[in-house]
This record gives sequence, structure tokens and C-alpha cells, in this order.
Amino acid sequence: MAKDELKSGYKLIGTRPNRPDGLDKVTGRARYGADFSLPGMLHAAVVRSPHAHARIKNIDVSKALALDGVKAVVTRADLPTGLSGEDLNLQDNTLAGDRVLYDGHAVAAVAATSALLAKDAARLIAVEYEILPHVTDVDAAMAPGAPVIREGVADYSVPEGMHPNVARYMAFGHGDLEAGLAAADIVREHTYKTEATHQGYIEPHACVGQMGEDGRGEMWVCTQGHWYIRRMCAAVLGIEAANLRVTPSEIGGGFGGKTTIFIEPLALALSKKAGGRPVKLVMTRSEVLRATGPTASASMDVKLGMKRDGTITAGQVFFRMQGGAFVGMSPIGEALPCAFACYDIPALKHEAVEVIANRPKAAAYRAPGSPMAAFAVESLVDEMCRELGLDPIEVRLKNGAKNGSRSSYGPDYTVIGLQETLEAAKAHPNYKVPLGPNQGRGVASGFWFNHGGETSVSLAVGEDGTATVSIGTPDIGGSRASIGLMVAEFLGIPYENVRVSVVETGALGVNEPTHGSRATFASGKAAVEAARQAVAEMCRRAAADWGIDPDAVEWKDGAAHPAGPNAGKFPPMSIGEIGAKMGSTGGPISGHHEVTAEGVGASFGTHVVDVEVDPETGRTTVLRYLVVQDAGTAIHPAYVEGQYQGGAVQGIGWALNEEYVYGADGRLQNPVFLDYRVPVASDLPMIDTVIVEVPNPGHPYGVRGVGETGITPPLPAIAAAVAGATGARIRSLPLSPPKVLAAIKAAKG
Amino acid sequence: MRYHKPTSFTDASAIAAAAPGTLRFLAGGTDVLVQMRAGMVQPDDLIDLKHIPDVGEIRQTADGGWRIGIAVPGVVLGAHEGLKRDWPGVVEGMNLVGSTQVQGRATLAGNLCNGSPAADSVPGMIAAGARVEVTGPKGSREIAVEQIPAGPGKTNLTKGELISAILLPPRGKNGGDAYLRFIPRTEMDIAVVGCAVNLRLDVDKIIEARVALGAVAPTVILSEAAARAIIGTTLDASALQALTSAAEAGAKPISDKRGTAEFRTEVVGVLARRAAKIAYDRAKGQGK
Repeated sequence: MAKDELKSGYKLIGTRPNRPDGLDKVTGRARYGADFSLPGMLHAAVVRSPHAHARIKNIDVSKALALDGVKAVVTRADLPTGLSGEDLNLQDNTLAGDRVLYDGHAVAAVAATSALLAKDAARLIAVEYEILPHVTDVDAAMAPGAPVIREGVADYSVPEGMHPNVARYMAFGHGDLEAGLAAADIVREHTYKTEATHQGYIEPHACVGQMGEDGRGEMWVCTQGHWYIRRMCAAVLGIEAANLRVTPSEIGGGFGGKTTIFIEPLALALSKKAGGRPVKLVMTRSEVLRATGPTASASMDVKLGMKRDGTITAGQVFFRMQGGAFVGMSPIGEALPCAFACYDIPALKHEAVEVIANRPKAAAYRAPGSPMAAFAVESLVDEMCRELGLDPIEVRLKNGAKNGSRSSYGPDYTVIGLQETLEAAKAHPNYKVPLGPNQGRGVASGFWFNHGGETSVSLAVGEDGTATVSIGTPDIGGSRASIGLMVAEFLGIPYENVRVSVVETGALGVNEPTHGSRATFASGKAAVEAARQAVAEMCRRAAADWGIDPDAVEWKDGAAHPAGPNAGKFPPMSIGEIGAKMGSTGGPISGHHEVTAEGVGASFGTHVVDVEVDPETGRTTVLRYLVVQDAGTAIHPAYVEGQYQGGAVQGIGWALNEEYVYGADGRLQNPVFLDYRVPVASDLPMIDTVIVEVPNPGHPYGVRGVGETGITPPLPAIAAAVAGATGARIRSLPLSPPKVLAAIKAAKG
Repeated sequence: MRYHKPTSFTDASAIAAAAPGTLRFLAGGTDVLVQMRAGMVQPDDLIDLKHIPDVGEIRQTADGGWRIGIAVPGVVLGAHEGLKRDWPGVVEGMNLVGSTQVQGRATLAGNLCNGSPAADSVPGMIAAGARVEVTGPKGSREIAVEQIPAGPGKTNLTKGELISAILLPPRGKNGGDAYLRFIPRTEMDIAVVGCAVNLRLDVDKIIEARVALGAVAPTVILSEAAARAIIGTTLDASALQALTSAAEAGAKPISDKRGTAEFRTEVVGVLARRAAKIAYDRAKGQGK
């Protein structure tokens, strides 16, 4: 893009070349988790609990084992004992111990010579249950008299007198809350609820695992982080990390849900029991919805004080979140800091509790905790703007966080772009379109910290002057293209001459998964540093050839050049020439960088949505949708726009129709995409995007990370638009037609 | 599982009559195959009907009606100019079922025999006064479509009986029909509520009407009260109000994951009004 070049002076960064994985994916050549097969491979199936909460009295596997073709069955008795903390959580979720804790909880697994046989064998495993009382709603789970799901889960932080299902409590704040509230012209307080939603990635979990009697194993798996797979499987199975080699597949979406294990230890345990034959295990969609993901459900109290001019004087939140039957899974630790992150408010108080309930073990989902927090806080800000007749963008400009302001959760912001997103939203044509009958407009801002994390990257120069980059962060959103662009920019060679590969656990130091919007930031930063090393070595090779000091060589346009007054006059030596003779000039040329990446820059966004609500049915149609977000620098703008649009669409689904529906028996009623209603393409307008670029000073090219912020504003923005269209303020998601229609009728009296 | 592919309905009926265990017929397979893969049903006998001659044909009968083969998929109905001209409500109902891929296989007969109260093609057929030809051990007979469903997943067909054709009556003059469903999304969903209206005009006045309500009871309902509410009217405001009340009164819905009983009751009235207006316009030769 010519415009980007002018602005940045970059040759490649800011352009939109073809994605390196595009042809593979559209031709079917890309290998996803279920595409791996090995000679002698067995297929596995999992037996899952039909009950929300029950004691396992007996598991009889004899009929399954008697079936011809069945090679192994595993139950919890096959796993080591003595684990604690999150390792025990992982093991408890991999296979239930003495109790099943949610509908879909794995109880046993079986491997057979075909997938059909494995399914038949799974049906022959007889599990005897004693059904126990259950609870699935977050508020009901901590109400007096709620069944205690697990004894002794509360840690030191939980105040006395709370229900035993309350596992954690946290609180922080600053300023004088009472004085702040007293200074306000109006103080309003409401409770908001969000339902659990699933990440909804298109590719179900799939893996092939192989492990011998000696405990040495190998795995091919669809994951966001194969070192996590290695560490977690090793812990659950009681083996050493070095004995498990994990290779990631292409990945059909993850959104945080593939940063942990579900079926992977089962494939390895079955393989070991089956004499080391490889075992493939692929989840069905219903298994994915019942037993993986989802995010937490939340119930949230918010109190705000505001002056008539829109100045926010004080804010207070109390969040209750459940993340399933396992401690530590609800994102209260992220939701609280995100709650007021978009604001600079003199007095704030944050409190939250984590509650356990008979639901699947929650996993990370795109900006964990932030969308719920935004729904609560941004909804109340919007309600108060409407009450006082104030423009929602002006109120956010007035109270919004700025460069250098102290964040709501403690540290000072350095360079951030919230104000720029608000100004761009205000100036956008969408903000001026006149609204018709039954139409409404909503505005909300959102935030995500972004993340650095453990990162290890290697780069090697080829004999022909091309470069290969080995990274450890699976590409779920365009990181290979973006890292390729940055490396090519740095080396001064064409984008097409750089190939970036996601490599297995044996090839690099430990990498955290692709999570926290960190891959392009952290692996990108490390790749640039690795390229810097390689360039230094190439300059040394040229200097040696020319017989000059290496300091007298500079690198530009893909070649070493003599520089300075005493360097001498030598023709430039290109990366191709240096690569061609590297064997005789000192051996292979490579670069390597590993770091726990620092210099993370937060990303803020502002969304504007217009909806129309059918007053007779309560059905909401999204008319137009605008995402404005700070990318720092958009390395590959098409991917950045895709992240903005994808985040908005997931948020729209969460706001309008997605929800976990539980029956009175505690069973999930809608574990299929027919009834778990993610938006389909025809439900949506084209999502408009504006990329704001306030470069992050902590990254060589200004990258912030863009993947997560986009899911945060849609929840409150859509609720605000529906309120504008109907006059009915709905404080619980989803805004499903029955709920909206009832609210419209109630508002009319 | 035994897989059969008979070449006549008589043979199919004989195989079905002799089948000792769980039996399923296979036309488009868009319900049966999904149910088998989900483990909901494991048939002992699966009888594929697509090898019977003429099951893929649509023929106009001597009286001006239509005879539709039991394996005619939705996409063929949607491309048939004569059917779309005569019975647009029936065709649009069928065309709402599933995705483009599903439309390439799914059939009216299958949608009817799956027994879902939310089946999108069934209200339109009932409102149209469609009948089915049933072949059984004792020969064949014709019965009204509304006599087939017995409840969710169940039909009134007896052992050895199967549908051998769908029969639509002659359209005649000054008639129009329409089907509407409510879903929260725009496609790829199951009707939370459905309603079909078929009517005939004498100039501006409605002289015949049939109103069918979907997904508000264990089976699709043919509401005579709703029809009476508009017969003799010009579909003015008071007629629409009476239609709304009659449709609401006729609904006996449940609350489930797809919607509440209260919501379904309210929306069936809304859809009845809206479908009646479309059918009325079509009868006047206006609208599509």
C-alpha cells in the first residue's frame, strides 16, 4: 500500500502480500489435527458422563475389551496419583476420579482398529453412577443451600461466611470511593449477567499420540501451544517432558481454547497400553461443546458516579464468575483490571469472587474476562450518558485513559491509542448516518493488555540468500506472514524469500502458546533480533573477505556494504553471495534469540454499531458495524482487519444468540451448532474497520498485538443499540428474541 | 444393518412389513444419515427408495394438480416454474430447510415423515390441502398430509406403509399461499415458530382459507378458527386482529432451548398476520 509506505518509510511492512498458508488451505493440502495417520494406527473414542454431578460407583470395561479389534481401555486407575494444584485439575478433567463434575466429563477411553469399533466399544463400557445434586448458575452456586461441589476449594483469600463453592476472592482499588460518589450528580447501580459462550473454532480437537512402554512418546496435535501440550501431558501421565516430542498441525481456530489439554493424554495412555501403536483421537462437535472451552458465565454489580457534564467521579464493581468445577479457571484476575482500563477515574474499588459450578472446565477465550467486564461497565456508562443526554464518545474522550495516565489496575500507561480510536470513531461516516424507526446506535470501548511471554526463535540463511525462520507459536491469525514481512524488511530481501515455519518442541527453547495476542509481537520481536544476529555475522564474513574491520561494514538492501572513510571501495556483497560461500567462510550462518518478551503495548478499541429491532418479534438485525482499534503498527493490514472483524463477529454472537442452555437435569441442551447459535455470514453486514496506528515503543516495528481487544466492545455496544432501538435496557445476555420481546412489552407497561 | 434398494413401492412395503427390528426409509437422507452418525438411531434395516422409477419426477395431473415424487429434492422444487407459480408457499417452505447442500438432497416426504413439529415444508403442504399417496401391504390409499404426523418423531403410518407420492391439488383461480418462519438468525436454523396461509379471493373478499401453525404443538396444527377469522373479510385490520387472536389461541407450545411458550404464542400471531398479507397479495396477482 503506497499510503502506508509514505507514512512509515517501510518497504514491506504495511503491505498485503498473499498469505503463505493460503494455497495449502484452499487446496486441502494443509494438514490439520485429524489429517495425520501412521502405520498400524488405532482409533479412539471417549466415554463421557451424562450427568452434571455423580459419584462413579463402578466402571465395567470387560464387554468392551472382549470385542474383537479393541486394543486398550484406560480409566483413571491407569493414571499416576499424587498430583496437586493445576496438574491435578488437568488430570481430573482428563479422566474423572471418583466423581463426574459436569455433563460430558470424560470417564474412560478406548482404542480399537477402527473409529466405528471404538464407538461401539465405548457404548459397551458400563458406568454405574450415583447421581448427586448439581448447580450450574453462577449466582445459584453461591446462594445459601447450594450443593457443595467440592469440599475445601476456598483459599486464604475468601472472606468468612461465603458459600464453600466460592474458591477465590480478590480486591484492589485506589482513591476515596465515598468522596467520589458524593461528588457525583447522579449515582447509578445495576447488576449485569453474561452467559458462558464457546470459542466455536471450526476445527474440533484432534491428535495422534504414540508412546512406548519406556514412556517415550510423540504427538501430532492441533494446538495453540505445543510446549504446553508437552508439559501438561507429562504432568498428567507422570513422564519427563524431554521424552515427549510434540509437533503442531495447522490449526482451524483456537481463540484461547486450544491452550490446554483435553484428549491428548488419553491418546498417549491408550497407545502405551496398546503396545505402542499410535492412537488417533478426534472429538465430535458435541464433545467440543460439552467438554472443552467455554468461557465463564458472570454476574456483575456496577456502581458509577457521574457529574452532569459527564465527568465520572467514582466506580465500583463486584464480579461473580464461574469457570466450571475446577478452581482457577474463571478469569476474575483479568476481568477486574479490564473493567475500568479505558478510564482515568479518581476513585475505584474492584472486588470479585470465583465460584465453582457443574460446568466444563473453562478455557481462555479471546481477551478472557474483558468482554464481560466491558458489558457491565460500558453498559452502565451508556445508561448514564442517555439519562444525562450526553454523547457517549464525548464522555469517553473526557474520562478516557491517556498517555501517562495511571491505569485502573496500577501501572502507568506509556503510549496508548484510546483517544485516537475515539476521535476516529467520531469522525467516521457511520457515526452520522440518520437512524430510522426501531433503529438504535451503540458505542463502547474495549481493552486488552496484550502479552510478551517466553519466546525462542531461530533464523537460518540459505545457500541462495533466502532465509528460514523457525518459530514456536502456532499461526492462528497471520503471524507467519507478519513475521516474514518483518524479517524481510530487516534483511532487505523480498518477502517471498523468507519462509516462516512453526516447528516442533525439539527444535527450539520453550515457547508459550500463541495467546495473549503475543505471536506477532513476541515471536516477531525475537525474529528481528535473530535476523540482527545473522546480519552481524554476514557483515563479519564480508569484512573478513575484504580484510577490513567488521565495524566498517554496514547492512542495507540485502547486502553488506563498506562504510566509513577508511573502509575501502568494495562492491556490495549480497546475502546470496555470502550464503553461497558460507561453507568456506566459517560455516552455517544463523541467528537465534530467546527472551521473556517485554515492552508489551496495550491495544484499545472503540466500536459503533447500528441495529434494527423488529418490535413484534424482538429480533435484532445488525445494520452496520464499525471497529476502530489501535494496532501499533499494522504489519499486514489485511490480517489486522480480519482480526478486528473476527473479534466483532464473535462479540455479536455472544451479545445476540450464543448461550449454554442447561436443562433442569444439568445437561447441556444445545451441544450442536444448530442450537448453539453462532452468527452465520448472512446475519452480518460487512464489518467496517479503521486501523489506528500509535506505534508501541517496546517493539522494533511498533507492534501491539491486535487479536483480542475486538471481542470486548460488541457486548455493551449492541446492548446499547438495542436499548436505543426499543427503549428497553436489557442487562443480561444474550439479547435473544424472546428476552427482547418480553423487555419491549415490559417497557411499554 | 441390512441395506435394501427395492425398485417398486410394493417391494419396499413388503421389505418394511417383514423387517423385524428398527427400520428407516432413505430418500434424501438428510435426517436419517445425521441421526445415524449421531448415534440417535441404528437401523437394522435401511430401505433406499431412490431406485424406484419416477421418484425424482414432478408431474402435472389431469385435474391440474401436481404429483411430486418422494425423492424430489428441494433444489428441484425451487427451480420448477409451474410449482412456484401455483404453490409458492409450499416451495418456499421446503427451500428454507437446511443449507444449499442439504437442499440438493432433502425431500418433502422426508421432511414430513421425520415427524418434527418444526418441519418447514409441512405447514405449507397442510395449508395447501396437500395429500399423500400411501403404499402398504393392503395396497395404496390417499390421505391428507395433516393425518401423517402423530407427534415429535412419530407418524401415523402403520407397519409396512410408506409414502409413495405427494399430491398437491389444482391451484384454481385467485388463490395465493405463503409460509413464514421465525428464527433468530437468517438461515441454518430450525423454526421456532412457523405459519402457512392459503386463501382464495372473490374480487377482494376471502372465500376460502386454510391456516397451518408450525412448532407450537406436538404436530403442525390446521387451525380452522384462524381460517374462519379471515374468510368473508378483505383482510382488514379487524380481520387481522381476529386472525392473530385465533392463531394465538390455537397454539399449544412448550418452552425449550429454542424459545419460550409465551414467545411462540405471541409470534405465531405475528407470522399469521404477515403470511396472510403475502398470500392475499399473491392471490391478487401482486407481490411474489
